Amino acid sequence: MSLLAASSLASVTSVSSFTSAPSFTSAATTTSTGEAVQFWILGTVAVVGALCTILMKKAVHSALCLAATMIVLAVFYLANGAYFLGVVQIVVYTGAIMMLFLFVVMLVGVTAADSLKETLKGQRWWAAACGLGFGVLLIGGIGNASLTSFTGLGQANAGGNVEGLAALIFTRYVFAFEITGALLITASVGAMLLTHRERTERAKTQREMAEERVRKGTQLPPLPAPGVYARHNAVDIAGLLPDGTPSELTVNKTLKDRGQIRDVSNEAIADLKALEQRSSERLGREDEEAKR
Amino acid sequence: MNPVNYLYLASLLFTIGAAGVLIRRNAIVVFMCIELMLNACNLAFVAFSRMHGNLDGQIIAFFTMVVAAAEVVVGLAIIVSLFRSRHSASVDDASLMKL
Repeated sequence: MSLLAASSLASVTSVSSFTSAPSFTSAATTTSTGEAVQFWILGTVAVVGALCTILMKKAVHSALCLAATMIVLAVFYLANGAYFLGVVQIVVYTGAIMMLFLFVVMLVGVTAADSLKETLKGQRWWAAACGLGFGVLLIGGIGNASLTSFTGLGQANAGGNVEGLAALIFTRYVFAFEITGALLITASVGAMLLTHRERTERAKTQREMAEERVRKGTQLPPLPAPGVYARHNAVDIAGLLPDGTPSELTVNKTLKDRGQIRDVSNEAIADLKALEQRSSERLGREDEEAKR
Repeated sequence: MNPVNYLYLASLLFTIGAAGVLIRRNAIVVFMCIELMLNACNLAFVAFSRMHGNLDGQIIAFFTMVVAAAEVVVGLAIIVSLFRSRHSASVDDASLMKL
């Protein structure tokens, strides 16, 4: 709720700046040429963004395209006289919801692309056909309705958009508003409950771990540290044994499983080889020069 | 320009979102398509509010936004817990009622 309060505060300041500009308020009753141009340009952007959302292979690209569409919709809200909703759209949708989406995408894995194998045969084409038919029905229905005249928000927004919305929310829709509060609380508790994981077993104490280590007898002292001092001390570089081979014991098991270990001994040998080759090339050239 | 064009745009966005829900398998992208559909509805409500000259449509759109925020929180929590148990965010893999 504090987010909503902050956004309403932001919108109050923005409305005062909008009402000072006469073009925005007068555009509520007559659609100007400027609004038509804005509609056709930004509408194209919105549709392209929506198409990219469903066609992009990676979830991160989908999320970014959807964010672009939402920003365009916020501009449309502002153009339609819904100043409060326009700012709330930017703050809540592109600010909070899309960032939550990106957060989950990063958590689940950026590289997780859709599998192209179809479980139901021809499902993709049937789905596209269903979508097309649905769209034709929807647009045809709107086309058949007689919606040629419109009233405009000039009168409703006369006392300020936020004030008008507040008067409605706290009188006619006050019960729905309170239910909304209960819904938000329930949702946040539910999210915590769903992502919380209970420990299934008791964590081992330090004494028990030490006793276990002594009983096994393989590695009594602590594991050796990673890194090759005087060259690298990063955790992903295995420490070198006296004969120059990297020691597997020194690096973290997780890094080993992911295959993210850098081997500095090979690197050093390759460096040396490159150096020798370079010097021999140089010497060879000098030999040639000497022959001339 | 007639403000009805906003309704056409809203229905187009809604259609794209609905097609996306049917076509895509990644649960996160399906969820994004649902958000797109909700946003298209909001645009239609705002356009209707302007046509009728009262603010009720904007109130409905405002409540839709609040419900969408709550829905996103719970839905993403479900996706995260599904991913934890199955190591995949594909809706095809979640074919059993139990985790």
